[in-house]
Amino acid sequence: MSDNTNTPQPSGAVQTTGHAWDSDLQEYNNPLPRWWLWCFYGTVVFSILYWFIYPSWPVGNTWIKGFGTVEYTAVDKATGQEQGKEFRWNTRALLLEELGNAANDQQRKAMLAKVQAADYEQIAKDPKMMEFVRSVGKGLFGDNCAACHGRGGQGVVGMYPNLTDDDWLWGSSSDKIHETLVQGRKGFMPAFGQVLKPEQLDDVAEYVLTLSDEAPSSEDSERGKAIFQGQVGGCYYCHGADAKGIPSQGAANLTDKIWAIANVPAQKTLQDKKAVIKEFVAKGVNNTRVMPAWKDRLSPTDIKLLAVYVHQLGGAQ
Amino acid sequence: MRHEQIETNSALMLVLILLVISVGGLVEIVPLFYINETIEKVDGVRPYTPLEIRGRDIYVREGCYLCHSQQIRPFRDEWLRYGHYSLAAESQYDHPFQWGSKRTGPDLARLGGKYSNHWHVQHLVAPRSVVPQSIMPNYPWLLDNDLDYTDVDGRMRALRVTGVPYSVTQAEYDANVQKYGQAIADQLDITKAQDSLLKQAREKDFDGFPGRITEMEALVAYLQVLGTMVDFTQYNEGYFVEFR
Repeated sequence: MSDNTNTPQPSGAVQTTGHAWDSDLQEYNNPLPRWWLWCFYGTVVFSILYWFIYPSWPVGNTWIKGFGTVEYTAVDKATGQEQGKEFRWNTRALLLEELGNAANDQQRKAMLAKVQAADYEQIAKDPKMMEFVRSVGKGLFGDNCAACHGRGGQGVVGMYPNLTDDDWLWGSSSDKIHETLVQGRKGFMPAFGQVLKPEQLDDVAEYVLTLSDEAPSSEDSERGKAIFQGQVGGCYYCHGADAKGIPSQGAANLTDKIWAIANVPAQKTLQDKKAVIKEFVAKGVNNTRVMPAWKDRLSPTDIKLLAVYVHQLGGAQ
Repeated sequence: MRHEQIETNSALMLVLILLVISVGGLVEIVPLFYINETIEKVDGVRPYTPLEIRGRDIYVREGCYLCHSQQIRPFRDEWLRYGHYSLAAESQYDHPFQWGSKRTGPDLARLGGKYSNHWHVQHLVAPRSVVPQSIMPNYPWLLDNDLDYTDVDGRMRALRVTGVPYSVTQAEYDANVQKYGQAIADQLDITKAQDSLLKQAREKDFDGFPGRITEMEALVAYLQVLGTMVDFTQYNEGYFVEFR
């Protein structure tokens, strides 16, 4: 319990706060240590200096902007020229300064300019540039592409193409990959559910499976072949008479056991495999197989770098 | 005033504590409402369409902001990973803003257009089917639930009170046509809210089910517009520096 009677001080040297608890428990009122007090005064002085150097107090419809400045270089988009500028201290100017001046950014910029200037053959031949592409490309790929194509470019069977194999829907040259990145792609296959009867769909699916030796050829598959190669189905328009696909149409190669759209490998029985293919032929592909366009999101150099990176992942010619 | 008086009077102490700790907040926040350069002058930022508003509400309902921020800070690493830092102008119609404070997942401020609609649907239903190392929960009900859009005009009216320029009168509509063009102004018209929501959903079919309008439809529509309104190729890098 506290009471406020001033009991006599036992030591006499140091004052107490004047309270006494439990009749004799008292509290010394020691002065603050000198070093602590000076530190405190120091921070007060620092804060006043800080107000003058950095943006601080709001005043009316503006604020005290401070004497501090940042020098940065930024590209003027109208002229394409790099311009140096000095501006009052703020975090956005600081970012531009850092992007322009940091030692590794300078190196990075020089290498990016080199990559941008070189053609694909030169890049492939230059081990230093390829090393750069692999390290920077890994980051770019991870940030932008890995969500669909997987961290290693392995894709998701039946949904997003594997970039490390030999099967390319839209062409595998560096230029084609570049084109795919810049403008994006929209996979399309018409729905045959209304055109073909269910038996005919069965036959076509059977034939498609014989193309990659998933099924032995049979009477059914021969009927399917007639539909595939004839005017009824007309599948050969896009997939080619040899069924090896036509990259300008984004049509899949059906002979190589690599399944970009229908998840055939996951099906155990022949019946199930047929059912998956039949479903795709019936429904077609529309609006689901979309590769976004990157031209507005990534810089031309980043896109070129990614084209080289994807090309070297393994499967491209 | 003597210490003893304050320390022995809890109500007085409470009031004084409130006064003292509110100074910091008031000095930092209040001036932003009347400082001219708080909101950068940029073209392209518009209020959300009815479908996007519903998507945004689902985003809030599912607590996406607890793991995903929507604010790219002006740091080098964020610039390289996510793109241009966020502007105040870009969240001027967000009430409440979705800046977030915790990144368990990646920042979403510039998510729009980065992935296909199909990917978003697949990823929201079963994140690990496309990103094996993901720890995001599954949200399969978004595809099962039909979107309730009957109250969307009420939601727009509420936002209108906070200053978002959704139109009710002809004059307001005309002003929006002037500012955003007819196609957008139609979407911002509260009197036609449900029709324009249906129109956008049918035209774009974000969820991949043409016959249905699911909650997924709205959420994907919202995710696909994030960070896409300002065309940064139009501005010099130094332009936004001058607003700070």
